[in-house]
Amino acid sequence: MASETLALDTIAQGTRPIADRLHAWVVTVDHKRLGILYIIYGLVFLVIGGIEATIIRIQLIVPHNHFVSPQVFNRMFTMHGTTMIFFVIMPILFGFGTYLIPLAIGTRDMAFPRLNAFSFWLTAFGGALLYFSFIGGNGLYGAGNAPDVGWFAYAPLTSRAFSPGHSTDFWTLGLLVSGFGSIGTAVNFVTTILCMRCPGMTLGKMPLLAWLNLIMGGMVILAISPLTAAQIMLSIDRYLGGHFFDTQAGGSAVLWMHFFWIFGHPEVYILVIPAFAFASEIIPVFSRKPIFGYPVMVAATICIGFISFSVWAHHMFTVGMSSYGNTFFTMTTMIIAVPTGIKIFNWIGTMWGGKIQFKAPMLFCIGFLFQFLIAGLTGIMLGASPFNWQLGNSYFVVAHFHYVIVGAILFTIFGAFYYWFPKMSGRMYSETLAKWHFWLFFIGFHLTFDFMHIPGILGMPRRIYTYEPGRGWEIWNLIVTVGVIFQIAGVLVFVFNVLRSLVKGGTAGNDPWDAWTLEWSTSSPPPEYNFAKIPAVRSRRPLWDIKHPEDPDWKYE
Amino acid sequence: MSSEAFAQPSIEPEWVLPSRGRVGMFSLIAAEAAIFTIFVVAYIFYTGKSLSGPMPRDVLDLPIFNTVCLLSSSLTIHLAVKALRNAKVGAFGLWWFVTIALGAIFLAGTGREWQRLIFEKGLTISTNLFGTTYYSLVGLHAFHVIVGLIALSLGMIFTFLGKVKPEHSERLDILSLYWHFVDAVWVIVFTVVYVVGR
Repeated sequence: MASETLALDTIAQGTRPIADRLHAWVVTVDHKRLGILYIIYGLVFLVIGGIEATIIRIQLIVPHNHFVSPQVFNRMFTMHGTTMIFFVIMPILFGFGTYLIPLAIGTRDMAFPRLNAFSFWLTAFGGALLYFSFIGGNGLYGAGNAPDVGWFAYAPLTSRAFSPGHSTDFWTLGLLVSGFGSIGTAVNFVTTILCMRCPGMTLGKMPLLAWLNLIMGGMVILAISPLTAAQIMLSIDRYLGGHFFDTQAGGSAVLWMHFFWIFGHPEVYILVIPAFAFASEIIPVFSRKPIFGYPVMVAATICIGFISFSVWAHHMFTVGMSSYGNTFFTMTTMIIAVPTGIKIFNWIGTMWGGKIQFKAPMLFCIGFLFQFLIAGLTGIMLGASPFNWQLGNSYFVVAHFHYVIVGAILFTIFGAFYYWFPKMSGRMYSETLAKWHFWLFFIGFHLTFDFMHIPGILGMPRRIYTYEPGRGWEIWNLIVTVGVIFQIAGVLVFVFNVLRSLVKGGTAGNDPWDAWTLEWSTSSPPPEYNFAKIPAVRSRRPLWDIKHPEDPDWKYE
Repeated sequence: MSSEAFAQPSIEPEWVLPSRGRVGMFSLIAAEAAIFTIFVVAYIFYTGKSLSGPMPRDVLDLPIFNTVCLLSSSLTIHLAVKALRNAKVGAFGLWWFVTIALGAIFLAGTGREWQRLIFEKGLTISTNLFGTTYYSLVGLHAFHVIVGLIALSLGMIFTFLGKVKPEHSERLDILSLYWHFVDAVWVIVFTVVYVVGR
């Protein structure tokens, strides 16, 4: 592997015909190219999912709106949720992981490069399958029909009687296929991090990025598999006449909920732990301090990983459980806030007394810190089962989980994008445009999702395609939709900034942030072999040791 | 395997990391175990909840012979890998072949059982909840046996071609982990389906 890539001359690539270069991207097993493919794929679907969200918000801007039909509205929220979770956030996080993990642990590629490529193309195929439903959903008899069963697809709505045609099958198969891709990537992450570290990098000296992705990989292995199993069961029900979720034959619709959420809640942490990883890399560098409480960060993340497998039924309080079930899941939900809180304190501890540089990546991470705190607090509110009975399935819930997924995860993804963009492209982005992006998106985010809590408290249920005037919901829905305009403007600035920087951006240099982890020790963009000589490390901040030989970290660790 | 490429005399001469294949296989097994867990949970949850017959106690017989075959194949694959590690390629080929044969007997046994259930007892996957959960769980396991047999047969073909050398014992050992896993799952399936669920 390494000997082949060493021979490849990167300068000669620029002069090859475009078809050859595209072909090289399709057949590549290089972790950096696959990482970029994952990220581009995720960004394309971000635009698609964003358009769906915009359609939802336009429909709800005023009462009795007729922008789309109820049927289209159902398809939009189903596709929006499924797309954003499985084909935006997961691929982007996997993309950063695939790109960064080998660089961060000082090796030349993932443990299984071909499995890496296979996993990406499975995920890509899964997304294509899901969106093919728009033209193939109704099979042979009629026009298109996307899935409209909601992103958690509760039974018995998914049974043949209520979901005729193939739309639900495209949903099932799309997630099944991309799920196999996710499991493959996770196996690769875990194996790479455990077996490919450069000399001297013991587990206690790994960057937090590697630690957190290791934990995330383990969680993907254990949490995506139940979804895979549940999707197989659903297919058996729909195609072979099985009765898993068929209540008329003694099956249980609640069992699907359990199976879905035993995947669904760890999934939230699967998404947020890599976001924690980005914050844990970015905040120290822009605070000019090493991360505060490294071992505690690792321990807290492991705790989160374990506890996240015991909280799933807090999504089901309103379904009705025994008082023991309610108590247990309320308790575990409260407990998981403890390690999460520890992490927030550690990030603040890292910033405390540091020389904070308010560059775009840091701005997004500070936004993440505060928004994640609020998301956690509304999470605790919803985790208390009596409160949940009041607000379950309302817009309060929608606002809460968007606070997590947009306010915490998407914000850190944007931060990570600006932080590693110079490494990936070799170009520097425009800091002014990045600040514009941050403030526009920040304002848009808060307009949309702060005010979305209120109609929820006032009783507006989620997933309704329109509402009566005179319930006090109008003004809030209007503000929420206005916020979308700012978010779109922010994302447009982001896209423009990226495209402009790729063409006109100044050269970034190897280490534009004066950072301390191994990815900044190689050129930008890194050569195909990553490191001409495999580095050897003695501390958690190997580049600090090189830059400050008079006061290296390994003396104190 | 990977540790050799990284060995740098400068700092830590004995920088040893776990084997990639082993960690990768254990990760895969963890994922598979989670899938099986969900199917086993569904089976247990639906035990005795079928609204119509046939019920497990009416139609299921204990597949003792099958079970003995599959479980002893764990021993034979262990002996095969051990023989290869000691550079006895002939003995390896023999034990490897016995493993495949035992796996094939098991699969044929499952096939016979299904044929009897479908054509004599009238139990299909859509008959009742028992049929749905039974064919799914046992079928998922049988599917893993088939995948295992394909992988083992590939090893057999390489052995016939004379390509298998003692230095490949590590790889075949990793493959044997998968086979052990398939056997271990059968112990659970057997207990749940044929002992507890009957």
